[in-house]
Amino acid sequence: MSTTLFGLTGAALVGIGLFGLIVHPTALRKLLAFNLVGAGVFLVFGVLARRAAAAGLAGDPVPQAIVITGIVVAFAATALAATLLARLSGPEEEP
Amino acid sequence: MTELLALTLALPLLAGALFIVATASTRAALFGFFAFGLFLALAWVALDAVDVALTEAAIGGGATGLLLLRLNGRMRHPVSLGEPAGPRLKIAAGLLAALVTLALGALLLALPEPAPSLAAATVEPLPALGIGNPVTAVLIAYRALDTLLEIVVLLIAVVGLRALGTDRGWGGRPVPWPEGEPSPALVFLARLLIPAGLVFAVYLFWVGADAPGGKFQASTLVAALWLLAIMAGLAPAPCSGGRWTGRALAIGPLAFIVAGTIGIAAAGSFLAWPEPVAKPMIIAVELALAVSIVVALVLLVAGPPERETGR
Repeated sequence: MSTTLFGLTGAALVGIGLFGLIVHPTALRKLLAFNLVGAGVFLVFGVLARRAAAAGLAGDPVPQAIVITGIVVAFAATALAATLLARLSGPEEEP
Repeated sequence: MTELLALTLALPLLAGALFIVATASTRAALFGFFAFGLFLALAWVALDAVDVALTEAAIGGGATGLLLLRLNGRMRHPVSLGEPAGPRLKIAAGLLAALVTLALGALLLALPEPAPSLAAATVEPLPALGIGNPVTAVLIAYRALDTLLEIVVLLIAVVGLRALGTDRGWGGRPVPWPEGEPSPALVFLARLLIPAGLVFAVYLFWVGADAPGGKFQASTLVAALWLLAIMAGLAPAPCSGGRWTGRALAIGPLAFIVAGTIGIAAAGSFLAWPEPVAKPMIIAVELALAVSIVVALVLLVAGPPERETGR
């Protein structure tokens, strides 16, 4: 029951993030909303891992490990997007 | 009881997400994101995925939040990608979001029982690897190629970041963090936290073989401490054109690839660990990876080099 509750929370996070991604005009807010969508997807995946508990483990370690990789890749993408935004916001180059 | 716990974690998550999307102030949304990340980490603990919780607290909430907060401070004007949404677009976006949420929720409620699981297959070969934590085993052994490519993604992000820096700052250090003198309280905090944090990072690195933790969580902690030292003015940011920075970034993937190639000769396939020396080889590769991850994370959060000389 409590696992399903987290799954539904993850689904709601995806929805809330998607709404923010579409509605906000500024890029930084879009980036934040995009991270919310990612958090929701990871949470849904974590619920799938928790449901697959077996062999004395509290969850299936394969999805858990893939979520860890996913969090890092999402961070790398966010960092690259942030650098792009920093360049877009103000030309530091002298002409 | 667990339902109550799940509810006390799910409600702040939803409220936090709504706040992040709805608030007018970008700064408030960023601080909301920090709090959201902490609650999300607690939710991962409640899902019995402590390894993920550590990563989420460190990277998902901490490093991403810090990165975006710094970006917000550095941006001269907000970058707008379009007009503010009108009521029609808002309604359409709301309907689409509701539809996606409902579809995901329906799928979750319709999942097969019992759930398919790889847990048993993960546990069985653990003794041969000398690793007790199945998540670490998946990361470094069964799905080692994923981890290798994950490091490569970090490197590509660092390359992209350097390419986006200004010509003037090429090969230099990132923009100095606080423009003025750091506050004495921050310096004191950094002096207090850094030694203790480093000891804890070594512990996390070592204990990752058998308990939640591991190279990734440990390197994130070291990177966070380094960033704290940079903010307090106690340590310089890595010089992106420096000889050591490049070597540190390369050592992790190179060690991983060399170990993988040894696997072809000794165990028959790329990234297979030859059984008698699996544990020492894994530790050596993890150490090299940790060095690369620390430098890559610090460079990614600190931003592109923009001035000829740092401080």
